[in-house]
Amino acid sequence: MKLDTIKAWFRQASFYAEEAYNAPYRSAIARAQREQDDLFMLLVFSEMMGVPNPASYYTLELQPLLLERFHDWHQRMGMEHSPLDQFRCC
Amino acid sequence: MNAVFLMLMGLGAMALGYFMYSKFICEKIFQVDPNFRTPAHELQDGVDYVPTNKYILWGHHFTSVAGAAPILGPAIAVIWGWVPAFLWVVFGTIFFAGVHDAGAIWASSRNKARSIGALTGDIVGNRARSIFMIVIFLVLLMVNAVFAVVIANQLINFPSATLPVWGAIVVALIIGQLIYRKVIGLLMVTILGVTALYGMIYLGPMLPFSLPTETMLGLTDRQSWIILLFVYAAIASLLPVWALLQPRDYINGIQLFIGLGLLYGAVLLASPDVVAPAFNREVPAGTPSLIPLLFVTIACGAISGFHGLVASGTTSKQLDKEPDLRFVGYFGAVGEGALALAAIIAVSAGFATLADWQAIYHNFGQGGVAAFTRGGANILEQGLGLDTVMAQTLLTVMVVLFAGTTMDTGLRLQRYIFQEWGSIYRIGWMQKTLPATLLAVGCCLLLAFGAGGDGAGGMLIWPLFGTTNQLLARLTLLVITVMLVKLGRPMWYTLAPLLFLLCMTTLGLLIQLKTFYDNGDWFLFTLDIVILAAAILVILEASSALTKQIKANKVVVPEP
Repeated sequence: MKLDTIKAWFRQASFYAEEAYNAPYRSAIARAQREQDDLFMLLVFSEMMGVPNPASYYTLELQPLLLERFHDWHQRMGMEHSPLDQFRCC
Repeated sequence: MNAVFLMLMGLGAMALGYFMYSKFICEKIFQVDPNFRTPAHELQDGVDYVPTNKYILWGHHFTSVAGAAPILGPAIAVIWGWVPAFLWVVFGTIFFAGVHDAGAIWASSRNKARSIGALTGDIVGNRARSIFMIVIFLVLLMVNAVFAVVIANQLINFPSATLPVWGAIVVALIIGQLIYRKVIGLLMVTILGVTALYGMIYLGPMLPFSLPTETMLGLTDRQSWIILLFVYAAIASLLPVWALLQPRDYINGIQLFIGLGLLYGAVLLASPDVVAPAFNREVPAGTPSLIPLLFVTIACGAISGFHGLVASGTTSKQLDKEPDLRFVGYFGAVGEGALALAAIIAVSAGFATLADWQAIYHNFGQGGVAAFTRGGANILEQGLGLDTVMAQTLLTVMVVLFAGTTMDTGLRLQRYIFQEWGSIYRIGWMQKTLPATLLAVGCCLLLAFGAGGDGAGGMLIWPLFGTTNQLLARLTLLVITVMLVKLGRPMWYTLAPLLFLLCMTTLGLLIQLKTFYDNGDWFLFTLDIVILAAAILVILEASSALTKQIKANKVVVPEP
């Protein structure tokens, strides 16, 4: 019984500590991550935009996986519709 | 007069303010609605807009707004006696800061969590928005310059703190890595980090370090520290936030609570007598008059425009329920008031005799953080039996960590402003990170050295900083007032503080203008004129926006 109380208390304390550590910087870090993800998108779709990519054999496989993110990405990049002729989006 | 009485009176009044006045303001004036869908829910994206537990949000808000400024301001202002400083901090917190901070969150959350800067553009006008940008830039500039001087002075006065102050950066870097790479849990990291920091505070007095006092490369020790600090801040502001800023902020937050707890605990145990005069009738020659300078010397701790930036920039985006803003905003201001009150007690009750006190406050602008450290350390020694040097080291570390983190953040924000200007005016190089940082550092150094040849003059700009900060607060209060008028609610609860600040800051600027003119301080004279121009523009904008809104309200739509 007592051990459970201590464990529960510890969990609670951990939760507050984690939140206190992460909450203030969540947005800054998420934004940094998004920037890296955007660069990654550019690498994956670079061949289609005429930028030679030596790893295109591998990145081609990734394209269907990134399809969900594609719409967000091209909109964030300031293009209302998909910039790629072969790769229609919306 | 016993300091315990002072403490209970101050904290009691602020608690009453929280339980009664904030309830009235939030329920009757802002009319917060528990069913209102806050931007954190409406625009939830996991990046900026995240509904956050109100205690966490309060902790974040409080630690972002509390720093070295609420310590520095009161520690200078006690020169007029402790009563004026005490009254301004207590009543300022209750009627000004609390309403301002909670109001900023309210105004922002009712407008899709837009920042006060953007809201000024929407609600008051575009000209006001441009003034806002310039004022923010000046505030950041001054805060960086002043804090660099403060830290340098502390490191010169208390060489025992050099090791823990710089060691804290190493600790933060290690913590950042440990957490980022998920080596061990956060609770463990916290315990280790705080232990390491306090271990260094213990070791500091044994290994004091100070720069040689003779000039090196034509620089005095103070100037060398200032330059070193800016080199550090520039590097820190370029690192990703998780590497240094985030762990530092976290440790600072813990330090803040430990420091406040220790100070108030020691006051209770030692129950020292206040030796400073209630009203100082023999102020040193050259001390400006209490009205209006008191109200700009203590900005943070009574009312500070900087809070509005935090409240509307980040806090409002994370507000889970609207009624939470009372706890987060108003109680956040109360927390800061409590810190300012601790500073007042430390500098007025921390000395053995009146003569000791007068020896420190022999000139305006003296005292400051060093007085806080000395006085606070004496109280800690009496109350908790800590060694004086160690207590001084502990308080120095607390203040310097606050000031250092503010510099780091401030420089980062200044860089963003330069980059934004670069993109507005299509200046390619200014949009790049490194040149923008160097430009920001250059401006700060110019101010730190321009204000006084050896960097000591940095303190001269403190009242000017307070004035600029209040100018920002006025803009925020203006936005809230116009919104209230638009909704047909009573406007005096925000308009009265606005008008009060308006008189005090404008008077303060004029008096300082004369001082700078008399001293032939042309650099600060010019800066003062720029701020004065901004202040007058704000007055004009305020009256035009308010009269327009009041007229618009009077126009009754005829019944068909």
